[in-house]
Amino acid sequence: MRRIPLPALAASSFGLVTLALALVFFVAPNDADQGFSQRIFYFHVSIAFTSYVCFGAGAWKALRHLWKRDPRADLESYVWVHQGVIFGALVLLTGSIWAKISWGHWWLWSENQLVLFLVLFLFYAAYFMLRFSVDAGPQRANLSAVYALFGVVLVPVSFLAIRLAQHFIHPVVFTRSGPNFGGWILAAYIVSQVAVLVLAYTLYRVELAGKLLDGRIRELRLT
Amino acid sequence: MTTAEKYVTAAYCVVFGIVLLYVVIIALKLQRLERDVDALEKGRDG
Repeated sequence: MRRIPLPALAASSFGLVTLALALVFFVAPNDADQGFSQRIFYFHVSIAFTSYVCFGAGAWKALRHLWKRDPRADLESYVWVHQGVIFGALVLLTGSIWAKISWGHWWLWSENQLVLFLVLFLFYAAYFMLRFSVDAGPQRANLSAVYALFGVVLVPVSFLAIRLAQHFIHPVVFTRSGPNFGGWILAAYIVSQVAVLVLAYTLYRVELAGKLLDGRIRELRLT
Repeated sequence: MTTAEKYVTAAYCVVFGIVLLYVVIIALKLQRLERDVDALEKGRDG
């Protein structure tokens, strides 16, 4: 399969993020309940969904590594997990700011979804400790792959926790009957979601290209 | 600027600040790789 060239991806990311920001700040109306502060939602939710996608892609590549013994899949899995952790950190930071203005607290330990997302984030943060505590080689690749596969189980748990909870204050925007909003709010959210996904894929490709080049240089030094 | 506007600005600054920091780190790494390639080329020619 032919890959999209990096400059085209970077230009798309820039264009989509600019369009998303324009829609969020100049077109989408203020939320009737939360007012202006609801505008954090567009990127906070998009980033959260993107981090789930990154962890899912990391697990898929890990499975591919274990199944097909594809050496590149291990590196791809690692880069996806790295992206997932970066976007996960952004979810926690933006969520914390939103919590402060909406609930008056930076963090609430009583909120299952917050705590479960933190567990998911810390689980994947520990992936790097495991990976770099083992020398490079098949053993490291196999251990990392198994760990990435285990971690992805936490993604649906984190996603469903809030829907199964009886008492919560964290808003649920996507229900079985569809999203809880429409019009320009929905349009701004969809554009923001696409923009963040394309941005994550662009960053993934840039980091992967750097890692592959680094690997080739190491090989050249040895020959 | 209202309190809500300050918090929303802070949230978006955090997002783009971290993405920018990530891009700077990757750019520095690419510079290092470029130097490594130059060193390898010099080693091959010399």
